[in-house]
Amino acid sequence: MKRWLLPMLLIAAMIGAWQLAASSGVLADLFGIEEFLVPSPAEIAESLWQSRELLAENGWTTLEEILLGYGCAVVLGLAFALLMHLSETVRLATYPLVIASQAIPIIVLAPILVVLFGFGIGPKLVVIALICFFPVTIATLAGLRSVDPDAIRLMRTLYASRAQILARVEVPSAAPDFFNGAKIAVAIAPIGAVFAEWVGSTSGLGRLILQDLGRLETARMFAAVLVLSVAAIALYGLVALAQRLVVTWR
Amino acid sequence: MRQDISMNAESGGLGAPEALPSAAANGPTGVQIRSLEHAYGELRTIESLDLEVAPRGVVGLVGPSGCGKSTLLELICGLLDPDAGALEVGGEAGAAERLAGCAYMPQRDQLLPWYSAIDNASLALRNRGLRRAEARRQAAELFDRFGLAGFEAARPTELSGGMRQRVAFLRTLLSGKPVLALDEPFAALDAITRAEMQAWLATALQADARTVVLVTHDVEEALYLSDRVAVLSARPARIVAELRAPHPRAADRDAAVTDPAFVAVREEAMRALHEGSR
Repeated sequence: MKRWLLPMLLIAAMIGAWQLAASSGVLADLFGIEEFLVPSPAEIAESLWQSRELLAENGWTTLEEILLGYGCAVVLGLAFALLMHLSETVRLATYPLVIASQAIPIIVLAPILVVLFGFGIGPKLVVIALICFFPVTIATLAGLRSVDPDAIRLMRTLYASRAQILARVEVPSAAPDFFNGAKIAVAIAPIGAVFAEWVGSTSGLGRLILQDLGRLETARMFAAVLVLSVAAIALYGLVALAQRLVVTWR
Repeated sequence: MRQDISMNAESGGLGAPEALPSAAANGPTGVQIRSLEHAYGELRTIESLDLEVAPRGVVGLVGPSGCGKSTLLELICGLLDPDAGALEVGGEAGAAERLAGCAYMPQRDQLLPWYSAIDNASLALRNRGLRRAEARRQAAELFDRFGLAGFEAARPTELSGGMRQRVAFLRTLLSGKPVLALDEPFAALDAITRAEMQAWLATALQADARTVVLVTHDVEEALYLSDRVAVLSARPARIVAELRAPHPRAADRDAAVTDPAFVAVREEAMRALHEGSR
């Protein structure tokens, strides 16, 4: 009860204070800007309702990008971590590349991807998959490599084949690490989506935010940010739920 | 000699295991070690060690911490290869053959937390290709006999230390291998549970005799459970004394370990241990 009540109260208090500060003009004075640039929570809520169809449409575009890009990242990350775990050759050959894939700033890469793949969903998926792939791969690989060697020795004395050791010891043992990586990845996926849309797109919450910024439609900008935040929190919650359903032994 | 089952009631009601439908009965298998040498790089762990474990005999190995007792078990089980000397399990010297003949019970119970107690116990059966239902059915019979009835579906974290060790021992037993290599099986337990588990293991081995190499740092445990106890020196390990246990796996543990003959041998072992540690 307290776990929910306290943060709720705090959020309510913050929204209330914001409402007061925005509607009385205190916030605008504080920043030295026009009052219409600082929307109050009530104005944001109104914009949220009025633009609900527009927000839903663009939200769906962004959600689709996130789900597909993230899905690719999880599948590829898992496959890659397994390959790197099972083959030393693959691990030695690709580890620098995996690191390099994160060292290259996505800000530099994204415009190139737009040139290559156009304004469709392609470059968004690549950007999201690229930033989400890394935490999934690294966390899963670390999990697979930190399996207790005694457990593996024991399995060998119990007739286990390589595949049985992988399936019955290594994979379950690395599952919590995989989910931790997957949670980090799902938290940064919306950032990738919004950024990819900024570089070039025809729809999506990121594009809507950019467009409203130009038009100084600040209330709808905030509304779009709110929608994106709720989606991001919901996605994180889903991954956390999946972890609890799968990793039942902790 | 008839078993005194009442001992079990007194020591915690662990239930008396009866004879097992053992797959281990594919001929008696002993362990022969002659002039064994092993080193990890520069670190010499075992030096000209000779040891013979008769089929269905129990040999205890005691020695100072870090003397290479666990290394010796890994060598016997085919998890490591010797640098020199002869090492045979059932007359076979190859690592794969030794691995096939030996079941290893590691220091920590190493129960897999994602499996239930019964799935942990039946791991060897599953690895050999049995379907889960059949593997569980075979393990379930033993759960009753080993005082674990009702805990089949429990996760390892829900079990007490003594129960975890019993599941781990059952897992070793269900591998059906003739040689059991037990690495300080009860080291993690408190004194009372440990005494109970020793009596329990004694009963289990009386019912289903296997060739056992038991590593422990507890002289009393070694002398109670084994036919013979080899005292090892500090690293590099060699045998400094071999003692015959007066009452191997006696039904009344408390009486056995306080008997004057037992106490005398224990003191002899302690002296050898002290000298070997220098």
